[in-house]
Amino acid sequence: MRKLGISEIEDIALGAALLGAGGGGDPYVGKLVAIGAVQECGPVTLLDPDEVPDDALIVPIAMMGAPTVLSEKAIGGKEYQTLYDTVSTFYGKPIYAFMPIEAGGVNSMLPIAAAARLGLPLVDCDGMGRAFPELQMVTFTIGGGSATPMALVDEKGNSCIFRTITNKWTEELARAVTMACGGSVSVSLFSMEGAFMKKYGVKGIVTRSQTLGSAIRQVKEASQRTPEEEFLRITEGIRLFKGKISDVLREVRAGFNFGKVLLDGIGDYRGQSAYVEFQNENLSAVVEGKILATTPDLICLVDTETFQPVPTDALKYRKRVMVVGLSCFPLWRTKEGLELVGPRYFGINTDYIPLEERGGNQNV
Amino acid sequence: MYKLGIDVGGTNTDAVLIDERLHVAASVKQPTTKDVYSGILDAVRAVLAESGVNPSEIRQAMLGTTQCTNAIVERKGLADIGILRIGAPASLGIVPMVDWAEDLKHIAVETATIGGGFEYDGKELAPFDEEAAKNFFLRLRDKNVKSVAISCVFSTVRNDHELAAAKLCREIMGEDVHVSVSSEIGSMGLIERENATILNAALYHVAESFTEGFARSLEDEGIVNADIYLSQNDGTLMTMEYARRYPILTIACGPTNSIRGACYLSSLKNAVVVDVGGTTTDLGVIQNGFPRESGVAVTIGGVRTNFRMPDVISIGLGGGSIVRETDDGSVRVGPDSVGYQITEKALVFGGDVCTATDIAVRLGLTRLGDKSKVAHLSDDFAKKALAAITELVEDSLDAMKVSRDDVDLILVGGGSIILPEKLAGARTVSKPESGGVANAIGSAISKVSGNYEKLIDYLTLPREEALAQAKAEAIELAVEAGALRETVEIIDVEDVPLQYYPGNTNRVKVKAAGDLK
Repeated sequence: MRKLGISEIEDIALGAALLGAGGGGDPYVGKLVAIGAVQECGPVTLLDPDEVPDDALIVPIAMMGAPTVLSEKAIGGKEYQTLYDTVSTFYGKPIYAFMPIEAGGVNSMLPIAAAARLGLPLVDCDGMGRAFPELQMVTFTIGGGSATPMALVDEKGNSCIFRTITNKWTEELARAVTMACGGSVSVSLFSMEGAFMKKYGVKGIVTRSQTLGSAIRQVKEASQRTPEEEFLRITEGIRLFKGKISDVLREVRAGFNFGKVLLDGIGDYRGQSAYVEFQNENLSAVVEGKILATTPDLICLVDTETFQPVPTDALKYRKRVMVVGLSCFPLWRTKEGLELVGPRYFGINTDYIPLEERGGNQNV
Repeated sequence: MYKLGIDVGGTNTDAVLIDERLHVAASVKQPTTKDVYSGILDAVRAVLAESGVNPSEIRQAMLGTTQCTNAIVERKGLADIGILRIGAPASLGIVPMVDWAEDLKHIAVETATIGGGFEYDGKELAPFDEEAAKNFFLRLRDKNVKSVAISCVFSTVRNDHELAAAKLCREIMGEDVHVSVSSEIGSMGLIERENATILNAALYHVAESFTEGFARSLEDEGIVNADIYLSQNDGTLMTMEYARRYPILTIACGPTNSIRGACYLSSLKNAVVVDVGGTTTDLGVIQNGFPRESGVAVTIGGVRTNFRMPDVISIGLGGGSIVRETDDGSVRVGPDSVGYQITEKALVFGGDVCTATDIAVRLGLTRLGDKSKVAHLSDDFAKKALAAITELVEDSLDAMKVSRDDVDLILVGGGSIILPEKLAGARTVSKPESGGVANAIGSAISKVSGNYEKLIDYLTLPREEALAQAKAEAIELAVEAGALRETVEIIDVEDVPLQYYPGNTNRVKVKAAGDLK
């Protein structure tokens, strides 16, 4: 158990943006929502998953909708009380703690705001250990958990909670409610008991985000190594490529950002070319025609100078980036995990081979 | 008839006189003074003396100034203001100025977030809380506040609530109150737009003093027949009255002016401009005659905003950059520089520091000072230094390009003598005459513009009609800003489809610009 204040939030936002693997949205507004809540209501207690009783009700918090709407309307602040009332009434018991569902710019921040505003603890655990584009893509699905009963509330005070027969229905209903409410809503989904969270969740993810964020901030202060070596050491990342973006191909389909970013090598990679394909998040990295990493391993693009993560919506011709692979949570590498988030699910015609075995440049 | 262009930079205040055919009649460089005003006065005097032009023949005077940037960065001369946000119950989770530095926050005397605002489709989010607005303005009146920043959720889609609040504000606080309205200043993104609006409100004192100071210095020099304009950061001009209302728009006009000036001098409409000064080199891009805007959020004095700024990169390379040999035999240039002391410290001027200018003289790129004083520099050393200089510029040029194709390059600024005639990535390199005062020229030849931005669903309003409507709106805005209607052209149209929105919602942005009335 420890406290999260404003400086911790800054680091978590930065680290989670890296773990977003290209997705997860702009962390700026999310961070302000969390900072605003902590300034008003005080620091948040972060619980280690093992500190949570087995029968406690744990509720993941997130937002759904368009990032541009969030950047105009932000959060009203009362949504989380409404969510609490809706969910605890439904289950007939109090909520013990909130948790994030994914690591990424926005959704790693909003649960902190929720916890601060209600004075509830936050659990150091999520359901992805990164960001993924679709609702069912959480470790809890492998354990037989369900997104519903899912609660949605808007800043005006409207709320609903529904159960569905399939994940597709959940998406449909949630999308309809989101649009009717003005394009962005706060949600709770995959509510669960402590024992289930401990069995299937990605433990320690908030702390990992914070460690990564703090390391990125200080990477230039390392004295024994170059900043790049230091960055790879701390993230335990595998350097896959360094290059200049030569083109970005994009397409919006069914509410997702599909695309491909082409890179011309620089430095040690001069003369080589590579590309990274994405659907909100980065899906595969291919260097000189050879696949070096695929989902569910994390493929992150970072600025070659500042090591700040570069999300897919900020990819621009001429930007210089390093492509780094990070190993995913082990549960994603099981047969059940790969059915949910493996390369073939995303239409990439290859079997999953772990990043470490594909032969990118090894950690320095 | 003459135009007078002035650019106040960190080191120099430049002035140029341009005749009716837009030829440069005279140009001068004077040191910028601490009070700025006397530096402008010196430059105006010098350019009048050099040209012999009768001051009464000057019909237009344009000023580009860094004073607003300095005021924010140095936290000087900022006014006490009131901040009103319309948008509750939305947006309450982030109070205004939530991440501002403490030494800037104190400018807010009163802050309130009240009911109102819109959804993305223009539907009312909540009714405008007129009572709360009235009470807020009454409190400000009691505290003798003279400037108010008003923002509203989705006011870029509908600004009715902002305008209603502005009207109430004037009714209660008097016609002389300064009202800054967010929909007229920033684009999408409430927090960044509100931040820009707050800064704008806080700058009203500074704006009043420099507009009045500029008018007075001109009058004192007998320039009494001139219309006076201020440079904006998008490469266009605004009237004094407009500048007093939107001082924030003068931020970063310096780089913009040199890009525009370079464009005019070279007659190129699409090119990369390299402006080499004494200490730094700025690279910018000119697209269809206007500077390319930055796509990322711009931070001024630690405050994040989202209004338009030119996309410029600065590198530590200039005429005064210090050149030295390192232990491993390679040669390094900059980033440190002898700066304005170049005329004492550089070898060719009898000093003892080897600068980039000395290398240029040694290799015969330019004739300057005493050539014999650099004869002792070895050919190998000089060539290595030039290679380092060339690489620095070529790398940055590569970073500014929008495609793989080679570009036309325009070299301006006093330090441009240090660069070779050929650079990788450049199809052509031009070094226009008078390039040393490109910034003041840019200020003198600027146009006036109007920007229009809105979210439009093309299923409700077909794309063609929507764009036509947006263009008409942009033209009206340009005319309102002082453009001659028949010269107004549409210079930029952009529509971006938005994911998650229903139908086919696009963010439409149109910019129009025309010659001054």
